[in-house]
Amino acid sequence: MLPLAYSIDFSVMADLAIAVLLGIGFGFCLERAGFGSARRLTAVFYLYDMAVVKVMFTAIVTAMTGLFLLSAAGVLALSDLYIEPTSFAAQSLGGLVFGAGFIIGGYCPGTSITAMATGRKDGMVFALGMLAGVMAYAELTPGIEGWITSTSQGELTLPALTGVGMGWWVLAFVAFLFLAARGMDWLQRRFQHLRPQTA
Amino acid sequence: MSEAVARTVMRPAAAQRARVAAQPFWNPYFVGFLLGLVLLATYAVTGRGLGATGAFSSVAAWLAGLFSPEHVAGNPVHSRYWNDGAPLLSWTIFLLIGAFIGAFLSGRQASRIALTIERGAHVSDAGRLALAFAGGFLAAFGAKIARGCTSGQALTGGSILNVGSLVFMLAVFASAYALAYFVRKEWI
Repeated sequence: MLPLAYSIDFSVMADLAIAVLLGIGFGFCLERAGFGSARRLTAVFYLYDMAVVKVMFTAIVTAMTGLFLLSAAGVLALSDLYIEPTSFAAQSLGGLVFGAGFIIGGYCPGTSITAMATGRKDGMVFALGMLAGVMAYAELTPGIEGWITSTSQGELTLPALTGVGMGWWVLAFVAFLFLAARGMDWLQRRFQHLRPQTA
Repeated sequence: MSEAVARTVMRPAAAQRARVAAQPFWNPYFVGFLLGLVLLATYAVTGRGLGATGAFSSVAAWLAGLFSPEHVAGNPVHSRYWNDGAPLLSWTIFLLIGAFIGAFLSGRQASRIALTIERGAHVSDAGRLALAFAGGFLAAFGAKIARGCTSGQALTGGSILNVGSLVFMLAVFASAYALAYFVRKEWI
């Protein structure tokens, strides 16, 4: 039954209209969370405001639970979903570089759009930097593409890797979220003195 | 209507105060729940999750194509985003157009729109913008290597328990926490 796009043949226009609608929800959530602000985003790395982890973790656990329930109800086969192949080497190296960009630039790709939409000039400049970055990657180091493929372990999920079913993982993540929520409140109190006094 | 009238009759100082009184952000767990529903809906409709970096790759392919379509066809990165000669009709570009609209509507409703530069007190505007550009460059380059960013890997892959996405998230946080001390003057 789901995903819809597999049973309904959307026209290009319909497909792009769906993208805009989902995007509105995406951008609305990011802005409501305060992710149009680089200081709110980077606060997580100084531990006085853990909103980034709270929002991301809750979103992941919510979607994970939903996917599991839809699959358990028989309306969505998890095997139908696109899964990006894992390359431990590529995701480790890429993640390290990306993390540097995040703390230096103050945004990630999606949140730079949120920042731009709410008037942040640094968000606009971050997005220009991103365009330069993808251009440099394509023009100067296209050989990395072959390396990513050659180091790939293929599609790999935690249930497949461990033999423990998705339902148990969902339970574990929900439990961990509740524990982490308490831990993050403690961290925020402990590091409150780092919160800048200027708005 | 009454709000519009009030704004026109308000004295400048009062209008200024009203403009800067931004509403507080929503509870992070509640917003996270909503964001999770958007992600779930994206999976349920398209079979793929969210993504953001792909839009920038599509724009780069389009720009390169303005100079030489042959070059784009021969490039292993650009060619994946060429979309049969219509790189700008990429799904992710339209997702981000929507995200721009959604963020604008949210920011406007909460009086958070302000033409400003986000930075700490110990860095100049020019310094902050230079770092924003450098950070954007690195983030994009890293996202290309990792085959995804916070949207495409962390959120989307994380929710389907993709092992590579979980590795990506750990690497992102390890790197950012390790470097946070060195750029603290930019933020706090």
